[in-house]
Amino acid sequence: MSILGTRVLRTEDPKFLTTGGEYTEDLVDDRLAGAAHVFFVRSPVAHARITGIDLHAARATPGVVAVFTAADLTDVDPISPLPGYTAGMTQTLLASDTVRYVGEPVAMVVVEDPYQGEDVLELVGVDYDPLPAVVDPREAARDETLIFPAAGTNTVINYGGELDEHLFDDCDVVVTRTIHNQRVAPAPMEGRAAAAVWGEDGRLTAWIPNQGAQGSKATLAKMLGLERDRVRVITPDVGGAFGAKFGADPEHALVAWVARAIGGPARWSETRYENLLGMTHGRAQVQTVTIGGSRDGRVLAYRLEVLQDAGAYPRLGAFLPSLTRLMTPGTYDFAKVESVARSVVTNTTPIGAYRGAGRPEATAAVERAMDLFAAEIGMDPAEVRRCNLLAPFAEPHRNGFGALYDSGDFPAALEKALEAAGYDKLRKEQAERRARGDVVQLGIGIASYVEITGGGGESGPPNENATIEVHPDGSATILTGASPHGQGHQTAFAMLASEALGIPVEKITLKWGDTDLVPRGGGTGGSRSLQQGGAAVRQASQELLDLARERAADALEADAADLRFDVSRSAFTVAGVAQAAVSLASLASTERLFVHTVFTAPGATFPFGAHVAVAEVDTETGQAVLRRLVAVDDAGTVLNPLLAEGQRHGGIAQGAAQALLEEVVYDAEGNPLTASFADYPFLSATEVPSFELVDMATPTTYNPLGVKGIGEAGSIGATPAVQNAVIDAVAHLGVRHIDMPTSPRTVWRAISEEGNRG
Amino acid sequence: MRVEITVNGSSRSDDVEPRLLLVHYLREVCGLRAANVGCDTTSCGACTVLLDGVSVKSCTVLAVQANGRSVTTAEGLSGVDGQLHPVQQAFRQEHGLQCGFCTPGMVMATVGFLAENPDPTEQEVREGLEGNLCRCTGYHNIVRAVLSAAGRLSAPGESPDAVAAPRELSAAGELSAAGELSAAGER
Amino acid sequence: MIPSRFEYVAAGSAAEAVDLLRQHGDDAKLLAGGHSLLPMMKVRLAAPSALIDIGAIPALSYVRVEDGQLAIGAATTHQVVSTSPVVRAQAPLLARSAGLVGDPQVRHRGTIGGSLAHADPAADLPMALSAVDGRLVVLGPSGQREIGADEFFQGYFETALAPDEIIVEVRMPVRPDQPWGYQKFTRRANDWAIVGVATVAGRVALANMGPAPVRARSTEQAVAAGATATEAARLAAEESDPVEDMHADAPYRRHLARVLTRRALIAAGVPA
Repeated sequence: MSILGTRVLRTEDPKFLTTGGEYTEDLVDDRLAGAAHVFFVRSPVAHARITGIDLHAARATPGVVAVFTAADLTDVDPISPLPGYTAGMTQTLLASDTVRYVGEPVAMVVVEDPYQGEDVLELVGVDYDPLPAVVDPREAARDETLIFPAAGTNTVINYGGELDEHLFDDCDVVVTRTIHNQRVAPAPMEGRAAAAVWGEDGRLTAWIPNQGAQGSKATLAKMLGLERDRVRVITPDVGGAFGAKFGADPEHALVAWVARAIGGPARWSETRYENLLGMTHGRAQVQTVTIGGSRDGRVLAYRLEVLQDAGAYPRLGAFLPSLTRLMTPGTYDFAKVESVARSVVTNTTPIGAYRGAGRPEATAAVERAMDLFAAEIGMDPAEVRRCNLLAPFAEPHRNGFGALYDSGDFPAALEKALEAAGYDKLRKEQAERRARGDVVQLGIGIASYVEITGGGGESGPPNENATIEVHPDGSATILTGASPHGQGHQTAFAMLASEALGIPVEKITLKWGDTDLVPRGGGTGGSRSLQQGGAAVRQASQELLDLARERAADALEADAADLRFDVSRSAFTVAGVAQAAVSLASLASTERLFVHTVFTAPGATFPFGAHVAVAEVDTETGQAVLRRLVAVDDAGTVLNPLLAEGQRHGGIAQGAAQALLEEVVYDAEGNPLTASFADYPFLSATEVPSFELVDMATPTTYNPLGVKGIGEAGSIGATPAVQNAVIDAVAHLGVRHIDMPTSPRTVWRAISEEGNRG
Repeated sequence: MRVEITVNGSSRSDDVEPRLLLVHYLREVCGLRAANVGCDTTSCGACTVLLDGVSVKSCTVLAVQANGRSVTTAEGLSGVDGQLHPVQQAFRQEHGLQCGFCTPGMVMATVGFLAENPDPTEQEVREGLEGNLCRCTGYHNIVRAVLSAAGRLSAPGESPDAVAAPRELSAAGELSAAGELSAAGER
Repeated sequence: MIPSRFEYVAAGSAAEAVDLLRQHGDDAKLLAGGHSLLPMMKVRLAAPSALIDIGAIPALSYVRVEDGQLAIGAATTHQVVSTSPVVRAQAPLLARSAGLVGDPQVRHRGTIGGSLAHADPAADLPMALSAVDGRLVVLGPSGQREIGADEFFQGYFETALAPDEIIVEVRMPVRPDQPWGYQKFTRRANDWAIVGVATVAGRVALANMGPAPVRARSTEQAVAAGATATEAARLAAEESDPVEDMHADAPYRRHLARVLTRRALIAAGVPA
């Protein structure tokens, strides 16, 4: 019986359930004995010149090891923007003469006792001369107040060309709307942290929670002006990341810098306040959708214009609209599609990747557009989608923006979701409630989505490496360049190796995240781990068997071709000779038995699906409640349904959270209003129901496992499905659109403004 | 000042400063680091432990307030031989943890919750865990784990309440359950 | 995340606590469950020089009925108040209110006295106390006195307590057979109310509609004069002075007050 496709319980769990994971803040290591603790002075204003810093009292306090400002960082360079971005938008590790967002690090105090840190922060005096703050990206795009005068503009980068003013000429119906895909905080339960020490050999060892140690190492080395071989990054257990723990932040580099400056280990662990201000945020697009077609439901043209808020210092966030563009048409077969984007800086926290990173934004836009079009022509939203979905395709399909969908059946996904939801019955109940004029109305929201996963590696086509070693005691170790932070890689990869090598899952250990042990790797993000990392494990298993077969042939003095691998015994046998067998373990005891391999995929894969959300809205208060979420998420073959379901649940919850609740809010002066979990409405268990998952698996040919990436899919479908459901609940009152999050006040305002209430 | 606290069954005597939070007493003084600090505002519950048998957020209890009392942490739940407590086992069985950061607090909150409500409905479980935040699981499997530990679970993979039955509305026609509190008198 | 330094002393009785308050001066604060005070100290919005712990005084934690009054010790936790069969029978509105404070862990520590002394107008218990016509029994250097709910809450986090006084008991009339209504409108289950309404025996109190719990007197008078819940609720916001914040502006708060008051009144037996 194959173990693949079964619900294997995680081998990781006993530790997490008993003594707990070992996160960076938990580390007890001889190398960190006596570590000093770093605390950051952060700007309380969004845009200002620093006119003075008074460190006197702080430095004079017993227990303070050191206090540093930008003036001390003479041996490090500013961080330059990525190629392609407007030059001149540089960030120094500590703000030197200008601060550009609330929370920007300005100074560091280093103390012996972590309990003293906040006491000493209060003693540091910084004088700020405020500058006008630009918070709204539309204002930033006008270039009236420049955030980087030297750059001459607030625009970081543009994507796409000229718009065709005749795009909608042949459309009987055209609808256009500006919608907001609001700024959210990734807010993993574990914030950012770092621990660092320099060896006698001048090498840096840094422990950082990250999504790929190799990438973090490269970024750290660059920030510190070091050759890469001078840096070792070790990845402790990571308490969630969701895209925001790639590479390294200035604080990580600064902790390492402090360790060198004080000649001893240094550590840092951020508070939630720092995390909500200092970790990169996600989404933050202003989108204008224009959709046109004929009254029979056929969409003839669709245009998406994106204004991306990049935050104060352009990072990955400024690039993400190019991914939005890539996925503009989604699952649809529109005759004409246009997409342009611009990223601008504002006096807010920089934007980075957040679960889906640019692709959820595309789906959210087109799904809103489809509902707007449906409302305009008075057609059922499911029907309008049926009229326009791409037909199932046998050959990979080019979407016109450079994406090559490997496999997909979008209409089938939609029908499955609608059927599982009982769509017709829901519409009937909705009609009954409307006829009665119930206070609590029902809304049904639909989203059809396709998304891109498993994109390119560090360079070149998508790839990942794996090393497998079988030990004399019959256990095995896998080294991977992927980087788990909750997904269950150890169990999944062990299943693959176990299937091939006949070694029990419990006897297979996965290692990752130490750049001295695994020098190459693409990390975990973009839902790549199983399709590339897992494929590499499978490939390595087979190559190990090939190697072992040769050695077994020698050991058994037989022809390699006469050998059979008996998985149940993890041993090679000679056909027809029962006693002649040699196990992998015994081969390993004569000579180390390991293989290193690199799996290369032909390209990215495209999981897809459809979500149906059912919401209730109290039309007197505007309160919206999600009652049901039915999800079809097709990411190809499912290796471990338990793990796949978990990823879907988590993605759906985050997607629903964005639709219903979460938003990072700044006031007009750039002061954050949601810098704690009391104010930032992080989803709790009472705001979502249990989810209804429907199975569908359309394999890909891009890897031997047939798998695509599942990690982000849930969040892509759920957001527009839930948003559409809330709007649908009050559509009969004349409401065509409600921006996310659909807070009670926002919903009530939409209802009242339509003035159709009895 | 001196505090005498029983931690996972063992009596301890330590000198602490008054402002030492119980969570840091457990982590730094006792070396029990399963409980995590996940927020600044008593919101997330990652630090949840049992204090004299009831769940508390140890980040909002001073160690000095625990003087003379007993504390149980996740480390103290499992058997001497490492055997998982039924709640821990249920979390494993139902895949109620991913990154694990919220897990010790979630498990302790569950132990405390089930002690007070041994036979909960799904809605009661969700409300019972409103003080514990999780970013990874979407709560679905956590709810299953709690119901499993309480002996009330349906088939694998299903949502515990299966496909939604029509919701009951009160006389005034308001929403009930899930984030919206119903009219007076009901519980 | 870490409070500023302070001195700590545990009091063995209410009288001792009063004495200690006097000794330590205005900069000292009482600590019961600490779930209003410690969160403020952890973000350094409060930095008392001394904490006087009354959380472990057994004589301050009790629930009893005497002379037609329900008497609850000030250091009784929300968990006890909300699950006590006596409270649930004699003052079910209060039990409900206490059961909605925060989350279970918070309710295991937070106390009725602490919550009332904290006097957050958005919180559950101040509104509930006003609705049930509760009184606080307060001990100071010159002895004991009683303060009615409406007199007690004076503004944002401001009460009629003198710096050297401590709440020892909360009292209210028993009303075992009176229908009551309680509405708490939040975005997430364990948030503070955006607007709250509590009503029993002809009194209507609102949370987060002003710097202290607001008695909706126009509504009360209308009900007393025979108005329906719908008619009376239209006046719910008359006495309010609601603020604008991230969750709601004043017009929306007033609207919610009217909608929620109507629902609460219906539950309390007022004809729709």
